[in-house]
Formats: sequence, structure tokens, C-alpha cells
Amino acid sequence: MTELATLPTWRDEAWRYADFDALKAVWPDIAGQREAISVAPGETERRTIVLETADPNVAVKTLAVTIGKGARFDLHCLAIAADYGRIAVEVVLEEGAHFELGGAILGMGSQTLEIVTEVRHEHPNATSNQVVRSVLGGRATGSFLGKVAVARHAQKTDAAQSVKAMLLDRTATANAKPELEIFADDVKCAHGATVGELDKAALFYMASRGIPPGEARRLMMQAFIADAFVSMADDAEREAMEAKALAALEAMQ
Amino acid sequence: MLKIENLHAEIDGKEILKGLSLEIGAGEIHAVMGPNGAGKSTLAYVLGGRAGYEVTKGSVSFAGEDLLAMDPHERAAAGLFLGFQYPVEIPGVSNIQFLRSAVNAQRKARGDEELSAGDFLKLAREQAAALKMDAEMLKRPVNVGFSGGEKKRNEMVQMGIIDPTLAILDETDSGLDIDALRTVGDGINTIMRKADKGVLLITHYQRLLDVVKPDFVHVLAAGRIVKTGGPELALQLESEGYEAIAEAA
Repeated sequence: MTELATLPTWRDEAWRYADFDALKAVWPDIAGQREAISVAPGETERRTIVLETADPNVAVKTLAVTIGKGARFDLHCLAIAADYGRIAVEVVLEEGAHFELGGAILGMGSQTLEIVTEVRHEHPNATSNQVVRSVLGGRATGSFLGKVAVARHAQKTDAAQSVKAMLLDRTATANAKPELEIFADDVKCAHGATVGELDKAALFYMASRGIPPGEARRLMMQAFIADAFVSMADDAEREAMEAKALAALEAMQ
Repeated sequence: MLKIENLHAEIDGKEILKGLSLEIGAGEIHAVMGPNGAGKSTLAYVLGGRAGYEVTKGSVSFAGEDLLAMDPHERAAAGLFLGFQYPVEIPGVSNIQFLRSAVNAQRKARGDEELSAGDFLKLAREQAAALKMDAEMLKRPVNVGFSGGEKKRNEMVQMGIIDPTLAILDETDSGLDIDALRTVGDGINTIMRKADKGVLLITHYQRLLDVVKPDFVHVLAAGRIVKTGGPELALQLESEGYEAIAEAA
């Protein structure tokens, strides 16, 4: 994610699914806005981000994180309320550090929401785990662009990405783009992506037990996005995130 | 309690049920037997209200109401339970959460008060114990990673918790070993063998009927009931085969 003074275009890899019309309204004000976070060696830090509505209704949050030796950084985010919402995270891992990402994208109408990460394993034995779940309806677009870069000497790197999207309407769009750049030879980099719809057989099964269609859909969507928050260490924080996600899901029905 | 008259139903324009009539009174257990492709599962799905099964002719009334006019969840709230031949897996939704939502949705639809978490858990544990299902399985996602037999047992636990007035059980006996068959059969008797309840057992085999003794046995062939009799008909089917009896009818 290079710093761009001029408005990015779809040719910029990290911006290829962005809503540029919406972005114009806040550019270049947000161009240089990035929050730097440095986690000291051995420490653990946690952060949650919820993209809320703004004026104009564009929310862009950019983090640059350095995770020290043996340290851990947990980021959990929810992209819900914006015409254009973007969470971009650049992470550099020191030796034995861990980065955990759990993200949910819930979009409807003509929203464009995205989570863009660049995780740099620059030293040995670091691990990263990224889980992103999207539920999209209407003409919404939800994207996850996840780049993992492993430096030549960053042996025993273990990086995982799991990206799943559920489309409620055929007019919604999900993009899942893993990008791996690996220069070390003893590493494990796993990535998986699926795009699907609500399971009709399961909906009928639930209906046959008396659960009304709206509640059945909500239960299934709730279970689907819960994967993004299971790694939250603080129960109260996780419940708060789940409650916000649930409210957004209910608005989508 | 259930009255099916001249029911015709099709899937993708292909007629499967061709004038099926059947009546189940309160306190009765009926078995429907028949060869593959006769329309047994179609009958179950049509009664449950599954999308894609189109009724072109005939009627079904349940407790005096037009069953076919109701949505699937309304049929359940009215007291109908459909036991699936292939119970569906629902990742991420625990059995407990699923069943509590089901029970409370049904109670709400009937104007009853919802069960508290504690009362519901007690009920669920009792029913799991009655069907010899490990209570731990209640916490697991619905049917995920369950063996075929465990899924069928779970169907019966669900039936015990929901306590319906009419159960349509589609090949509940398939995939069960002999001990599990006895447990499930005993479960059906305990939960459903009551003066105000009815059961429609859809099965291929006689062996379940040794445990759950039917009052009536029907032979379904080519989309219609071709023969009706008492329990002895099931034995006759077992020894002579469907073909001979369907042809003679």
C-alpha cells in the first residue's frame, strides 16, 4: 500500500474494487491519515474497529502496525454503515510475532465495503491468521484483498487466510483476492475462499421445526459471521461486536 | 386428524403422486410401505411443504385446517412434525439454540408463553436421555459430524422436545443398527403412542414395525395407495415382495 497523493485508480492493486466516486469526497484529506501502532516485544494488544456512518458517508480507516518480537496483535473489525467503507491494514511481524484478524463485512443497497491487508512476515517463526466473512445483499460489493509477503529468511512462517462470502441476492458482488509473495522455502501459507448462498435445504429444515423464515435466515447468517469473532479474547467485546453485526443483519432482511 | 384426498403432486413438471388418498385418525399409527420411486418421500415433503413440490390437484386437511395453504413453519406450529430421511447439517448453529428457537417460535405462534432457558434445557436433557443420546451432543452444531444413526436419533430427540400431534417419519429406520432401531422405535412409542396423536411411518422394512406396531399398513406404488390392511400386510410384503402385491391390487 504505497502512499498516494493523487486519487488512486483501479489499476492500483490495493484499490481495484474501491468506489472512486465516493472516495473523491474525502480525498485528499484522508490520503495521509494512517494510524501507527507499535506492539512492544512480548506484549499483546487488541483493537476493534467498527466503520460507522460519517458525513460524507465514506469511512476509511488505515492502520500501520508493527508487532515486536514474540508480541501479538488482534484486530477485529466490522464494516457495516457507509456508502463506501474501507479498512486497510499494513502489518510487519517481527520474529515469533502473531497477527490475528477477524473481519465481517455486511453490505446492502449499493454499499461498497472492503478490507485490505498486507501482512509482511519479515522474520522467522511469525504467524498470522485472517478470517473474513461477508454477507451481501442488494447491489452491494464486499471485498477482501489479502496480501501476505514472506521474506527470504522468514522461515517457519505460518500464515492462514479464510475468506467466505454469502450472497443474499444475485445482484450482490463478493471479491476475495489472496496474494502470496513468498521468498522463504520452509513456510506454510494457507488460503481458502468460498462464495455461496443461504442453504435452502437448511432453511426448509428449520421451517419444518417451526422457525419462521426471517428467524431461520438470521440464525444462519449469525452463525456464518460468528467465525470472524470467535478469536476475540474478551467476552464482553465479542458480544458487543456480535450485537452490532446482528442489528446490521436484521436491517438487511 | 389428517385427511388426504386425491392428491396429485409433481416435481419439475413430472407427476409423482397420482391421486393418493389416506386418512389418519387420532390415536392411530399408519405405515406406508412401497418400492423405490413410488412417491414415499414426495408424500412426506408435500405434507411438510417443501418448495419445488407442486400440488396440482386434491386436498389435505389437518385438524380441520387446509394444510396446503400453510407455510412450512405454520404447519409445524399447528402440530405437524416431519422426520427427515436425510437430516440436514447446519454449521455454526447448536442443537440447543436451534431447538429452543423452534420450540419458542411454535409456542409464540400458538399464543403460549416462551420457555425460559433453564426450563428448555431441562426438557432437552430429559428427551436426550430418553433416547440415549449424549447430552453433550445438544451443544454441537445441528447434525454436523453426526453419523447416520446419530442423525436419526437426533430427529427423535427433536420430536420428543417439540411434542407434535402428528409425526410424518420418512425412513427414520434407515441407517440404524439393531440396538438403535429399538431405542428409536421405543422413542416413537413413548412420544407418539397416545390417544390424541397420530403417526405416518414411511419405511421400506418390516423390522421397525416389530417395535412400533402399526394399526394400518398401506402399500404405495406408482403414486397411489394400492392396498391397505392391518399389520399382517407388512409381513406379507416382507415375504412376497412389493411387486406381487402391487400387481394383484
